[in-house]
Amino acid sequence: MKHSPSRKMAVLFARFAVMGKKYGVEWWILVVGAAIITGVVLMAVFSTAIAPFDPYDQNAGPQLSPPSRTHLMGTDNLQRDVFSRIVYGSRTILGVAVLAAILSSVVGITFGLISGFAGGFFDKILSLVMDSIYSFPGLILAIAFAAMLEPGILSITVAVAVIYIPTYFRLVRGQTLQIKEELYVEAARAIGASGRRILWQYIFPNVIATTVVVFTMNVGDAIMIEAALTYLGLGLPPSIVDWGMDLSMGRRFLPSGVWWLITFPGAMISILAIGFTMLGEGLAEILNPRLLEK
Amino acid sequence: MKNILRYVIVRAALTLPMLFILLSVVFVVIRVMPGDPVSSMLGGHAPESVIEKKKEELGLNRPMIFQYVDYLWQICRLDLGESMILKQRVIDAIKLKIPATIELTFFGMLVTVLVGVSLGAYAADKRRSPQDYAIRIYGIVIYCIPVFWLGLMFQMIFGIWLDWMPIAGRTGARVFASTFEKTGFYVIDTILIRDFAALKDVLIHLVLPSVTLGLMLSGVFVRLTRANMLDVLKSDYILAAEARGIRHRRVVYKHAIMNAFVPILTMMGLQVALLMAGAVLTESTFSWPGMGRLLLERIYMRDYPTIQGVIVFFALIVALVSLVVDIVYALVDPRVRY
Amino acid sequence: MTTADTILALKDLKVHFPIHIGTVRAVESVSLEIRQGEVMGLVGESGCGKSTLGFSILRLLRTPGIIAAGEIVYHGRDIVQMGRRELLSLRGKRIGMIFQDPLTSLNPLFRVGDQFVETIRTHEKQVSRKRALERSESILARLGIAADRLYEYPHQMSGGMRQRIMIGMALVLNPDFLIADEPTTSLDVIVEAQFLDLLNELRAEFNLTILLISHNLGIVAQMADRITVMYGGRIVETGPAETVFADPLHPYTQGLLASIPNIKLDQPALHTMPGAPPDLVNPPGGCVFHPRCPRATDICRRSIPGLTDEKGRWTACWLHAPRD
Repeated sequence: MKHSPSRKMAVLFARFAVMGKKYGVEWWILVVGAAIITGVVLMAVFSTAIAPFDPYDQNAGPQLSPPSRTHLMGTDNLQRDVFSRIVYGSRTILGVAVLAAILSSVVGITFGLISGFAGGFFDKILSLVMDSIYSFPGLILAIAFAAMLEPGILSITVAVAVIYIPTYFRLVRGQTLQIKEELYVEAARAIGASGRRILWQYIFPNVIATTVVVFTMNVGDAIMIEAALTYLGLGLPPSIVDWGMDLSMGRRFLPSGVWWLITFPGAMISILAIGFTMLGEGLAEILNPRLLEK
Repeated sequence: MKNILRYVIVRAALTLPMLFILLSVVFVVIRVMPGDPVSSMLGGHAPESVIEKKKEELGLNRPMIFQYVDYLWQICRLDLGESMILKQRVIDAIKLKIPATIELTFFGMLVTVLVGVSLGAYAADKRRSPQDYAIRIYGIVIYCIPVFWLGLMFQMIFGIWLDWMPIAGRTGARVFASTFEKTGFYVIDTILIRDFAALKDVLIHLVLPSVTLGLMLSGVFVRLTRANMLDVLKSDYILAAEARGIRHRRVVYKHAIMNAFVPILTMMGLQVALLMAGAVLTESTFSWPGMGRLLLERIYMRDYPTIQGVIVFFALIVALVSLVVDIVYALVDPRVRY
Repeated sequence: MTTADTILALKDLKVHFPIHIGTVRAVESVSLEIRQGEVMGLVGESGCGKSTLGFSILRLLRTPGIIAAGEIVYHGRDIVQMGRRELLSLRGKRIGMIFQDPLTSLNPLFRVGDQFVETIRTHEKQVSRKRALERSESILARLGIAADRLYEYPHQMSGGMRQRIMIGMALVLNPDFLIADEPTTSLDVIVEAQFLDLLNELRAEFNLTILLISHNLGIVAQMADRITVMYGGRIVETGPAETVFADPLHPYTQGLLASIPNIKLDQPALHTMPGAPPDLVNPPGGCVFHPRCPRATDICRRSIPGLTDEKGRWTACWLHAPRD
């Protein structure tokens, strides 16, 4: 017996509403965030299907024409369709941000674990280094890296990733130290295996929850940094379709009243960043209400 | 008074290891990067011998450890080297541009604190009301809007469509900075020379960039203030103050804010890092001739010594600000004094 | 019920806290009167509503607490209905309040003297700072604290001194009524004794009426003229202190007094009352104490007993209700 699509939607919505009642505003924030992200991800995955023109096509339409029916977001000075560039640009920004976050987390978590377990001088030095990087303005560090490396996807990913390694490091190191302490105390009391199980049941979910939230926020921040770097002309070659890059190329024409070249890329960056932030906030509140103060 | 002095000295001493690590990290980063600065400076096709000679000249062939010690020693003397491209000492280039950045970040921080703290306090006071939710959403959203896009939008709306304000530079076409420039802080300079027309021009050029920069960070302060205020408002002394008949507005905006402010000050230290990052982007967008623009210019020119010098300078500022914030913290909260 | 020298009368007061799982009935139908010059002790275990009652007198309830019904009549004026301005002039000036923890009740960022001056000048705007400081000094002198302490911060003082500072601030404007919410709970025994002595002296000097809220039966026994026992948000017994202690009428009071360990007796085990305090969101029907009462009868389960007068003593118990 098949249910009609509208019936399925109703059931889904009802389930959402129940969760909403249970968790309050945070749930809806999470949902909105997830929806935004899903939308952009779909845009990235199905770019070829969604974009009406080839983003590199320098003959797609008239030069610098405002939004119209054929060109939803207008055209730029090289006669390329802005909407198509927006659609394809989502790939770049998402790709770099997620990749950078993964890189950060892997490196940061690994070092955090090692440092936490090893302790001693090594730990002290590494912590000091990480704290120093953490306190330094992230963007400027990223600019330094991006400036030194050859422009390219890998370079910009590394530049963005470096900034967040200390965050994961501190997080995991803290948890590691806590576990270490508990294990020693437990050993002294000779509680036995069940004690250890309780530890893992309690601490581990906490660690995972925190890491997931941090990762989400990380991607959100990485999006902002990536956009900032490309806006400044660093990190990526002009041949790659990117929102930040389009923003910097479009601003030259602003005094002439060309508003569509900057409005749309900027809005997309903001929306995507908001999406990840909302997802992160919602997750944080739901997974562990003590993480964020109400 | 003695207490505070002791605290300052101890705290200053603690800054040194951090600074040392930071500077070392910068050194390593710049040296370890792939790409050869000298060959790109001479144009990719220079013959090996010329490259080698230049390297010798710049001291890049000596063992790393010597370069490292030299580097640290130079910094102690505040000698940040010389530009590879222009005939200019890095420190002089910085000195020229820094007042512009300071002016921008000062007014930016002013906007941030005014907007952020008042909105945050208001939201905490009206907890769970629609205004509270609206302000919280503002806090999230404003941080996610790229500061350079915000700047561009402001330029578009106020500079071009409405034509209320200029969109670039520190002064307008008919105002010549050389006539009043003394300290480099144009607001001060124009006041000193009593050129109020110029002052007005300078201030109006400051509006868009500082509001842009200020709003970007205000979100963080809104959330921080709100969270701290909520905590503080639960305190017993707030209840006790109300029990003595002190008016609600005074309780919230004097007693509660002062107590909530103390942790905010610490956060301000962290925010300076963000502020500097934002300043770089804002300066680029508004063609503001400050440190941020200097950094970017030299990056395009591949002037490595200057790039290194500017970054070292940023590191020094970060350490200094962190120190100052802790000191102010100690001044405000009498409980924190070694 | 109200006699000529009653200065504060609570009439059928209900204080509720609507929260997500229901409404917590913290104070339910409380009627009480406090007479000029007396010390009224308000006792009960944690969660019985006594502190909430104390806070509600000055309408200091924390969100989401509200006064759902009833009157609080002070010198003929109903505090519940009072306008904001009148309420503010009441607080600190005519009714003073001191709290449990003096460290957290004083603003750590301001000097003690400044907090005194602020209190004075809030109510008497025309008083100069200098004059306000003088008045603060004189009350501190009365409390045995040196004047230069006014320039210190709260964390620089001992607990006992802070408590005296708190009294000073509460009394500096000469109120005639003082609410003391668990004033000795955070003090050690010796300081506590000194504090009680001080309170007694001040009471005579300032002609104070005091509402002493505490779970410590010992200090209430020392200080109070009359005592009121609360349970589950309701009053179960009121009467002259000596009489109530000597001959408690309500089964709860009896149980409470019996459970105080007596060092002189050779007790094999501590006397306890079975059961647990009632759920204030869904209180038991009938008498709120009946699930734990050793003498509960059928009517106790069915209807809520009212307060009945028995020779100047009031009890909410069917065992003492008039037979009709």
